[in-house]
This record gives sequence, C-alpha cells and structure tokens, in this order.
Amino acid sequence: MTVSTSAFPIEKVRAAFPALEREVHGRPVAYLDSGASAQRVLASIQAVDRYERAHHSNVHRGSHTLSAEATAAFEGARATVADHLGAADRREAIFVRNATEAINLVARAWGDANVGAGDRIVLTEMEHHSNIVPWQQLAERVGAEIDWVPVDEEGALDMAAYAKLLERGPKLVAVAHVSNVLGTENPVAEIARLAHDAGALVLADGAQAAPKLPLDVAGLGVDFYALTGHKLYAPTGIGVLWAKLDLLRAMPPFMGGGSMIRKVTKQGTTYADPPARFEAGTPAIAQAVGIASALRWLDGIGMEAVRDHERQIAGHALERLAEVPGLRVFGPPRGPERLGPVSFELAGVHAHDVSEILDRHGVAVRAGHHCAQPLMERLGVAATARASFGVYTTPEEIDRLIEGLHDARRVFGF
Amino acid sequence: MEDQLYREQILEHYKRPHNFGRVEQPDLEFEDTNPFCGDEQHVTIRLDDKGRVAEVAFEGQGCAISTAATSLLTDELVGKTREELLAIPKEQVLDLLGIEISATRMKCAMLGLKVVKSAGLGQPAEWEDEGEQGDPAAEQARDGI
Repeated sequence: MTVSTSAFPIEKVRAAFPALEREVHGRPVAYLDSGASAQRVLASIQAVDRYERAHHSNVHRGSHTLSAEATAAFEGARATVADHLGAADRREAIFVRNATEAINLVARAWGDANVGAGDRIVLTEMEHHSNIVPWQQLAERVGAEIDWVPVDEEGALDMAAYAKLLERGPKLVAVAHVSNVLGTENPVAEIARLAHDAGALVLADGAQAAPKLPLDVAGLGVDFYALTGHKLYAPTGIGVLWAKLDLLRAMPPFMGGGSMIRKVTKQGTTYADPPARFEAGTPAIAQAVGIASALRWLDGIGMEAVRDHERQIAGHALERLAEVPGLRVFGPPRGPERLGPVSFELAGVHAHDVSEILDRHGVAVRAGHHCAQPLMERLGVAATARASFGVYTTPEEIDRLIEGLHDARRVFGF
Repeated sequence: MEDQLYREQILEHYKRPHNFGRVEQPDLEFEDTNPFCGDEQHVTIRLDDKGRVAEVAFEGQGCAISTAATSLLTDELVGKTREELLAIPKEQVLDLLGIEISATRMKCAMLGLKVVKSAGLGQPAEWEDEGEQGDPAAEQARDGI
C-alpha cells in the first residue's frame, strides 16, 4: 500500500506525542532534534506503564504466572521487532542497550574471532563515533588496519574509491544506512553486494535509518544491522542487533553472566543458543515492550508514508534554508536519497549561538560535532547546527527555524 | 533593546578577540577541547625573568561565549605568577563576562580558564563539572505521593 504525502495523518500523529504539548520560552516546542533522541509515542509510554503496573517479573526464570507473562511480553516484543525488520527468524533479533552496544557486540564477539593481524576493515568518513571507535579498538587489539571510504563534495560516498578499497580484501565493511549529519541515504544494498563479492561481511548502522525507512534486512543483503529504540519514539536503554542466524550461531558470547549459559560447572561453562547467548543478565524488559509498541504504532502509519513525510520535510527545509543569507548547508541536494538531518553553518554565528537563539524561539536543534569528528574534519568545520526531523515535524516548524535564523543574524549584527 | 546574553561587549570580543594568536617560544602552553561541541582553544604564555606572565595569546574555534570569555580573561593575565594563574576563581570569568550564563553554556564560559590553568600546571587541570542537577519531574512526582 502506498500512502501519498498529502494523506499523511499529521494531526493524528502529533496528537500521539504528549511532549509536543510542551512550551519552551512561551512557544510550543518545535522539536527539531529527533536525530539525537525522538519524543516518545503515547502508545509506547502506555505499553511500558501497563507492563510495569501488572505484568513484571524476571524473564525465563520462574514458572509462576507473572514470570510467564513477562517472558511472553519480552519474547513477543522480539517477534514484533523481527517482523518489522523483515527478519527470517525471530531469534535473529538480539536485544541490547542501544546501537552502540549492538556494534560493540559485533566488534567483540565476531571481530575478535574473525579479524586478525593485517586484516582490513572498511569504514566511511561519514560514520558516527559509535561505528568508528569499536572498530578502532578491535584493530588495536588484533593488529588490523582501517580503510576509509571518502565522502564527495555532495555528501555521497565515493563508490569508485570504495570499489578500490575492496580490492584489498577487507573482512568487514561497516557503514551508516543514513548519515546522522548529512542526511544521505547510502546505497547499502549495492555496498553489501560489492562487499560480498569481495568476501567481506557488512554491518549497517541503522540508528538514523530505522525511524525513517521501511526495513527489509534480508533484501538489503547486510549481515548485521544495528538500531536503537530512543530514536524510534521508544524508551532509552533498548536497541536491537539483527544478524543472520548462522552467523550468530558461530559467534562466541559478548558478555558473560546469567541467561546466556547452557550449563555452568566449576570446570567451565557452555553457552546458550542465540539470542540468549548474547543477552547476559536481566534484560530491559519494559523497554523491549516499549520498542515493540512503538514499532507497531509506526507500522500502523506505514513506513512508506513515514519515509515520504521525511523526504518532504527535508526538501522543504533545504528550500527554505537557501533563503537565509550566509547559510551553508552540508549534504546532498534535494532528492529521493536526501533525508534529514539537515546540517548547516551560518557565517559569523557559531553553531552553539545559533542553537541558543533558536531555543529562545522554542526551536530545538543540536549544535556541535554530532559524534562525527572525522566527518567534521572532512567538511572543514569544528561544529555545525543540525535540524533533524520526526514523524511529527511540520513545514510550519521549519518556517519557525528560518525565522529564528534570521533573528540570529540580527542579534549578531548582520 | 540590547540582547541580554549577546551584549555589545560580548559580540565585540567575539568578532575581534583580544590576544588572538600564538606567542613565539612559549614557556607555558596548553590545548583543550569542549568535548560536547568540539570547540578548541590553544593558549600560549611567555614568562618574564621573574616568572610573571609577560605575554599571552590564544587561538582556536569557539562560540561567542567561549571566545569572549577567553578574550576578556587573557586581558587580565599579564604580571601574574603561575601560582596566581592557578588561583583565578571561576567567578572572575563570570564577572568579566557580566552576563548570566546558563548551565548549558557554563562549559563554554570556562573553557579558556581551564586551558590557562592547565597551561600553568603543564597537565590537564582538575575540573568540576558545571552541569545543573535535579529532576524537573521530581516536584510533580512528590505531589503525587
């Protein structure tokens, strides 16, 4: 089913987010910082609340009623996540704390077992620190080397350079599905096909993409997919690593502890099958219920409609930002692969000051390096201001951003 | 009406910072960043034969608040000993700025002082986090008991 942009139920969507009733400095908040953390959808807040009030116990432990209910809620959440991602098997969805933990899990469990001295790992210049640092740590532990796919002038990956790097026979390619600074949707399916032809596995960081795009991990052809709940209108403390079951079966555990064992003796331990092998300790049960509820709510709107809305808002922002004198936008021009966020700098006004003045207008944006310092270096800036969007973002909120930017120029004497 | 935060004096120091640049052959020197935004400042100091600051300069990239704060602070440093540099209280920087600094901007305001003190020590100065504490929902929650 395709829902046209004009039919996007924006009023209904906005009514589902209690935080949007907040005022900031006397105006309704225009929350343009969903890329850092999105607001919580009421369905998720209520699902967590219902679980916490009546169904909580530990999971996979007792045979009593509450433990059975908690287990059913937790495993039901896993099934919802797996369905949403297009996973072939629900055991392929591992619950973790966030996308960072998902990537660290792969770097530790898969990386330590499969990457050795002199092996190569391919990253891109537009990665978030969460998809850089775990690989640098792995490279340091085992003596591997990291190669970087350059970002071109328009904010896209240099695919010719990528093909060249693949000739060096890397073990893994790790790439953002959508850039958290440039709003570029990377051609992950093509990246994965080329990587596999070269004998490499592929991890896609879906922290920014998962809230915006219909997902079909099988169709994308990646081996690992990481996402986080709090950018998906769900609570913090819950994220998902998706990986192919045969890979998970061959991987040693990440952390040790309760739940992840088959049998423990004084002589040693054998480990449980996936997913339990990778979920040591009592998990974030209520938060798993929360992410599942948020995904069901999103699926009720339809991820195609969500993607179309994101494109429309990003396009409107690019069009309006072009009107502001002295403003430079980073990232690709308007187009189907151009989503949010939209990052920019305003000549003569530092990003922090832009953000401070926008806040006075009730407009929330992020200022800084966005945990992407190698990209900042590539762009030649220390910091940018970034407007990022959610399902609830309206063109009128973008117009308030523009109004605030004109005010910032006025305050700074331009 | 003059802006309460971005006063004329602040903007003047931002646009044309005093002591901007680098001292040749510095006796004291340090560079640090604000990890939240990536802003960085590099401070260089030359001491005279009595161990007092003869010349000081800073460079780097920063917002209006961090740039103005360090510009104003470096104006005050000539003639001070290393011990006196280390004893400068945070309040002095706030007084020099003469504006209300919110908790979120305190790190910007204090970056220069932190770098100056680190230069005096020759290692990163111990620094207390200026963050605001308190749960905005706590008051409501208490009402609900």
